[in-house]
Amino acid sequence: MGARKKTTKKKAASGKKTSVRKKAMGKKTVKVKSSGAAVDRTKEDLRKVALDSIQSVATEVYRTGSTGGLPQLTMPQRNLANVTYDKKTGYFEMKGNLKTRTLDVNSVKTFAQTLRLMALAKDMVGQEDFATKREAYYVSKNWGDAKFNEQRESDTVLDDIEGMFSVHEVTRETLRFMPEEHGGSVVGALTVIDRDPETLDPIRSDCAAMGSGAYTVPSSVDHLGFETQADFVLAIETGGMFQRLNHHRYWRTANCILVEMGGVPTRATRRFVRRLSDDLKLPVYVFVDCDPYGMCNIYRTLKVGSGSAAHVNRNFCVPKATYLGVTPQDIEDFGLHDATHPLQPVDVKRAKDALKNDPFFQAHPKWKKAIKQMLKMGVRAEQQAFAKWGLNFVIDEYLPRKMRDPKKFLP
Amino acid sequence: MAGFLLAQDLEIDADRRQTQQRQTGPPETRPEQVAARTKHLTAEQMAKAQKEISVSEFFAKNRHLLGFDNPRKSLLTTIKEAVDNSLDACEEGGILPDLTIEIHQIEEDRFRVVIEDNGPGIVRAQIPNIFGKLLYGSKFHSRRQSRGQQGIGISAAGLYGQMTTGKGPTIISKTKRSKAHHFQIQLDSSKNKPVITKDEELAEWHQKQGTRFEIGLEAHYKRGLRSADDYIKQTAVSNPHARISYLAPGMQEARVYERAVKDVPERADEIKPHPYGVELGELMKMLRATNSRWLSGFLQEEFCRVGPKVAKEIIKTAGLSERSYPSRIAREEADSLYRAIQKTKISAPPTTCLSPIGEELIREGLMKECDADFYAVATRPPSVYRGNPFQIEVGIAWSRPGEERLDVDAKGHISKTRKKRGTYDTENLLGNADDPVRLLRFANRVPLLSQQSGCGFTKSVLATAWKNYGLSQSRGALPVGSAVILIHMASVWVPFTSEAKEAIAPYPEILKEVKLALQEAGRKLGMHIRKGKKVASEFQKRNYIEQYLPHVGIGLQEILGISDEDRFELVETLQEAMETSRKI
Repeated sequence: MGARKKTTKKKAASGKKTSVRKKAMGKKTVKVKSSGAAVDRTKEDLRKVALDSIQSVATEVYRTGSTGGLPQLTMPQRNLANVTYDKKTGYFEMKGNLKTRTLDVNSVKTFAQTLRLMALAKDMVGQEDFATKREAYYVSKNWGDAKFNEQRESDTVLDDIEGMFSVHEVTRETLRFMPEEHGGSVVGALTVIDRDPETLDPIRSDCAAMGSGAYTVPSSVDHLGFETQADFVLAIETGGMFQRLNHHRYWRTANCILVEMGGVPTRATRRFVRRLSDDLKLPVYVFVDCDPYGMCNIYRTLKVGSGSAAHVNRNFCVPKATYLGVTPQDIEDFGLHDATHPLQPVDVKRAKDALKNDPFFQAHPKWKKAIKQMLKMGVRAEQQAFAKWGLNFVIDEYLPRKMRDPKKFLP
Repeated sequence: MAGFLLAQDLEIDADRRQTQQRQTGPPETRPEQVAARTKHLTAEQMAKAQKEISVSEFFAKNRHLLGFDNPRKSLLTTIKEAVDNSLDACEEGGILPDLTIEIHQIEEDRFRVVIEDNGPGIVRAQIPNIFGKLLYGSKFHSRRQSRGQQGIGISAAGLYGQMTTGKGPTIISKTKRSKAHHFQIQLDSSKNKPVITKDEELAEWHQKQGTRFEIGLEAHYKRGLRSADDYIKQTAVSNPHARISYLAPGMQEARVYERAVKDVPERADEIKPHPYGVELGELMKMLRATNSRWLSGFLQEEFCRVGPKVAKEIIKTAGLSERSYPSRIAREEADSLYRAIQKTKISAPPTTCLSPIGEELIREGLMKECDADFYAVATRPPSVYRGNPFQIEVGIAWSRPGEERLDVDAKGHISKTRKKRGTYDTENLLGNADDPVRLLRFANRVPLLSQQSGCGFTKSVLATAWKNYGLSQSRGALPVGSAVILIHMASVWVPFTSEAKEAIAPYPEILKEVKLALQEAGRKLGMHIRKGKKVASEFQKRNYIEQYLPHVGIGLQEILGISDEDRFELVETLQEAMETSRKI
């Protein structure tokens, strides 16, 4: 987390012959890649940095306020206009536009809430406790007038705090605020090595041995270790498609890891896939609906991060991911015309917005072409549309045909 | 005008009847026979029934024309006429009015009304005529601003009292030089002449000078709108220089309306008629009656605003000679002269004949009698309708809805205080915030209580777009708000719609002036309301600061571990900094 210096275990590349799992299909030499926990700065370090940052922000507010000035809080702007994209770095980077919140009548409530949440964070860092965003919202109920009325309000303030401290390389998690959301589901040729929170004994979870269920990505993934023989990772938008592929053991036939994102992937899911991509050097392919939401929200966020959380994108995105489908061209190629729906006005707006404002799409002519093609066709197609040709057409025909040439995937 | 017509009509009627009688001569047939044959009458029979009617007789039958339609209104009109006369007299005499008004209930429907003033008094010989003869007075022929106009009012009140109780008025009057005289008179309505039943000289009277009018009458006393109470209250508003002591049935002691200013209003000048205001008939009469020997001189002497140049122009337009004899013109070319006058550009009449209340006094009057948050006053320059100069003044008193008042001090702090409310509920001119505004109409300082909807003033109020000035208003209705709108017209001749002097005739010139004045005062009100809204919202914002700022302190205390004392000090410093950074 934060500005963690990662030590990717190079030894994984050399490959261990004594593979625990040998189920992989024949001919290839079985290579087991593995990765230990991503090593963070030491806990003490993090605590100190967090406490110092909180202290210094509060001290500045106090100093200004007690000398008759109007205190200010400074934080990065959290929107697409404040990010840049460079193919080489591969993710959205903040441009450094700052917003300043000066204490006045319009900001006094948020100002107070920000300081009180900072106080809560200080408490939790000191006592090694944590609060989910929902819990933080309920803690505020004890603040009288300053309480939050909806969790949306407290989430915004938390995001602001996170942005404010990102300058000091302190993340939300370091401040001990945990997301409520859990990550996506994972099945396939992967063993996850976690540890018991109390005894710290390692726990091995074989994602190929989940039966009809799946392994769930925890909210924090940096302590996990991995072992795998898989060839690639397939990130899937919908639970329905994930279940179909799992049921028919596609991961076994294709020797891959399946990750269900369930819409826009959570930070934990992004981080999890990122680690599979970075630490295990696995290619990541993304399989989503052919519509502006699938492309511009789900895929874009997985690949380069989001505009509103640009300060954490560096670690919470998968720059090497590529777009398997469904592409607008697939609609043509696989004869899905009569299985499409017309684009709604909101879809059109989203697509045009992406072309106009999203630095990622602007940097990739192929994407521009694809989106323009979709707009021209005026239709969208879901992953499930292949069922038109038979329920398992997607397994038997679509995915194998696409997998023949991953280089053609959209960037 | 109606009063003028009434008087003229009666004269003309009487003339005609005499003429008819002369022409027809004695009847030749026995009327009974004719009547037996047919129900129709011959001219000769009709002539028998034709005779002169006195003004008093006419009034006795048509008393509603003068505001004596019912017992409640009769009480009001009686008081009104007496108070008008008293205030006029004091003003003419340059005396600060000190009025005592008493209403005593004798029986269920019998009242005794006493009005006493400290005016110059009336000389003995005039007392019976002034109080006992209708259409007798000094004001009818004068072109000067005064409350009374026709010389009907007070004697009509006396006549009404006599008709309902059998007893005429009692008058005590004392001038500075003479002794006080005590009169009791009866009115002979067929001859329109006073009959003196008592005439004595008092050795002692409690005032140095003044007049006391006392009359018993059938009446009904009621409080509330359009009551005698209401009239006195409004009179106090429009006459802040008068001190009025008022005692009505049910009151423990007299309610005293103290004066707010110590200057008697300046006495208005009397003016000659303006050429535009004279009609053909009157012009002919003036031509006949004048002492001038040539036309140009006549125009210059009898009218205001006519100099040699204007006179020459009129005469040239009329195609007459400057040397013409006025009495010859009256017979032959009066019409062309009349038309020429209308075509010639003549400057407006002088306005020294007007005595407006004045912005300062309107404000004083309103502040004295209604406790509002804001007062706006506007005065129009004098204008002219039908050759009569007039001037419109408007005052608005406005109270913020709610029980509290917000004040901003010099340092920009806002404080909240509860409003003081008068102890006299019925006297509170300000209504609720969701009621229509209270409209106070005045003509020459006299409150107009009835016929609000038929009044030209009301038309102008309705035609003004009050939404622009912060008051809500539905189409064709009075604006809504806890406010009083005062409209005053000062004029040498106020165009009432009836003898009861209750409503102003809607001359376009008057409507326009009233509207302009309302707009001017309205703009001031609108500015205030908008600013008030700003202060109110600012107050709310400051409350907001007060509500949340302590949490800034708590948050900092929890992080930095500062003492409670430091925290309080910080919050105080922050609040000061935030409030001074805001402008109101």
